[in-house]
Amino acid sequence: MGRIVLEKVSKSFGETEVIPALDLTIDDGEFCVFVGPSGCGKSTLLRLIAGLEDVTNGQILIDGEDATSVPPAKRGLAMVFQSYALYPHMSVRKNIAFPLRMAKFDKAEQDKRVAQAAEVLNLTDYLDRRPGQLSGGQRQRVAIGRAIVREPAAFLFDEPLSNLDAALRVGMRLEISELHKRLTTTMVYVTHDQVEAMTMADKIVVLRAGNIEQVGSPLELYRTPRNLFVAGFIGSPKMNFVNGSIAAKHNAATIGIRPEHVSVSSDAGDWPGKVGVSEHLGSDTFFHVTCEGIADPITVRVGGEVDLHYGDTVFLTPASDHMHKFDDKGLRIE
Amino acid sequence: MARAVSTQRKTITTAVAWLLGLMMFFPILWIAILSLKTEGDAIRAPIEVLSSVWTFESFGAVQQRSDYLKHFTNSVVISFGSTFLGLLIAIPAAWAMAFVPGKRTKDVLMWMLSTKMLPPVGVLVPIYLIFRDAELLDTRVGLVFVLMMINLPIIIWMLYTYFREIPGEILEAARMDGASLREEVFFVLMPMAIPGMASTVLLNVILAWNEAFWTLNLTAADAAPLTAFIASYSSPEGLFYAKLSAASIMAIAPILIMGWFSQKQLVRGLTFGAVK
Repeated sequence: MGRIVLEKVSKSFGETEVIPALDLTIDDGEFCVFVGPSGCGKSTLLRLIAGLEDVTNGQILIDGEDATSVPPAKRGLAMVFQSYALYPHMSVRKNIAFPLRMAKFDKAEQDKRVAQAAEVLNLTDYLDRRPGQLSGGQRQRVAIGRAIVREPAAFLFDEPLSNLDAALRVGMRLEISELHKRLTTTMVYVTHDQVEAMTMADKIVVLRAGNIEQVGSPLELYRTPRNLFVAGFIGSPKMNFVNGSIAAKHNAATIGIRPEHVSVSSDAGDWPGKVGVSEHLGSDTFFHVTCEGIADPITVRVGGEVDLHYGDTVFLTPASDHMHKFDDKGLRIE
Repeated sequence: MARAVSTQRKTITTAVAWLLGLMMFFPILWIAILSLKTEGDAIRAPIEVLSSVWTFESFGAVQQRSDYLKHFTNSVVISFGSTFLGLLIAIPAAWAMAFVPGKRTKDVLMWMLSTKMLPPVGVLVPIYLIFRDAELLDTRVGLVFVLMMINLPIIIWMLYTYFREIPGEILEAARMDGASLREEVFFVLMPMAIPGMASTVLLNVILAWNEAFWTLNLTAADAAPLTAFIASYSSPEGLFYAKLSAASIMAIAPILIMGWFSQKQLVRGLTFGAVK
């Protein structure tokens, strides 16, 4: 069981308030991702839940019980750190067994659980090595192994993939999702990478400057971002924003349109413009088009390869049913 | 980047380095030579000293006159005892300053170091009186205590430097894994800090072994370590060069041998953190 409820939780370091009072519920078994730019307070929020930082005000409930002043060891949570934080002087086996040893499990039970975790994480052959002799991905798995053996109420991940190279990151992303499906334990995952958030989460919490900007499923955030910040943060490449008279035509201060919702034509369309840099990914091509009367170049996504070149004149047409409208305060207009 | 150095210049530099090295080493070498001479030969002119007969008689005489083993035991007890006691106090202190620093941590560290700037003789009288009243004069306990106090700032400073090299996340991981503070320190922090702690212990044992001011002033016979043993050969009855030299060799040999075998550890310890 691992239902985590934050009630009016706030955190200040001295005079500076990092997290203004916020409420959040993470349901049992949920994969909840905290996402936001660096310095938005997502790691601090995770550390508050872990108990590694003291809450300035408010309450943290874990499975209905007040855990606000319970020390980290007693909260029944396990954490995977960005740096893996393995014990370099212990073998993989001892690293994984450490939480069990601290919890005074008997030797036989320790061995059994370590063997199980190693099996699940493909670490059986590496149990007698030291962390220093492992690759980044293997270290990551040891850190996860150390977290799962104790069968915690919830897992906390603090940017666990940011030290891995891109290819490995995709693999580990799948492994963690897979693990969540199998264990069905609550997971709270911090990342600054919105792709990780979109691909893994049941629920995404978008944070900015300690404030929750929006909470919702990945597709909710993609389809109906509550404000300009969420609209710009979720989705890759970024949503295009258009201000001024073009936006006013749609009765909005700003309109937003995702690159995949703009069609390109060489003869006719709403916004004439010139093709700038294009990025060819094989499956897709991204064109950056400078349009008349629009400040920033519009990014357009086209499936496959299209025969357009630098300097060509094109006409862009936004799909009106996928257009997002925002008022002058940056809030969504329905 | 390689720099062009002419062979000639290299030769000169090498020669100068050897010369300086020998000059620094010379007193020890001369003591070693004198310790192998008779008392009569030892006070003669240098050339005559070298050409005279070699003998171990001074060592025998020293051993006969004073109980080397007792002084040696005292030195061991005092130097290791004070270092061990210092560690007991310094580990929690360094932990606190390295991992939960406050606004005044830097000031506290500076203040501790500043106590080393005070000339010890300035507090000799009060400490002597306290020792007299507490009946600690000429006891090993008293010396262990006073040398621990003298070296504590250095022990804390060194441990603080090593502890700061250990990522805080690893200690946090231990906390998340259910380790109590004591378990965190014993199972995670200390094993990771072993190289640093070893050099701290080595350096402080050497400092305590060689400490002469307090050991000479606060002991008479029972607790006197090797420093007092050497000093006893420069007595009102006269200076006995050969015996004094033999005593000195006997006093410095153990620590020299220990230093020799652990020099790698010592150098690593003293430069730790300077280069990653």
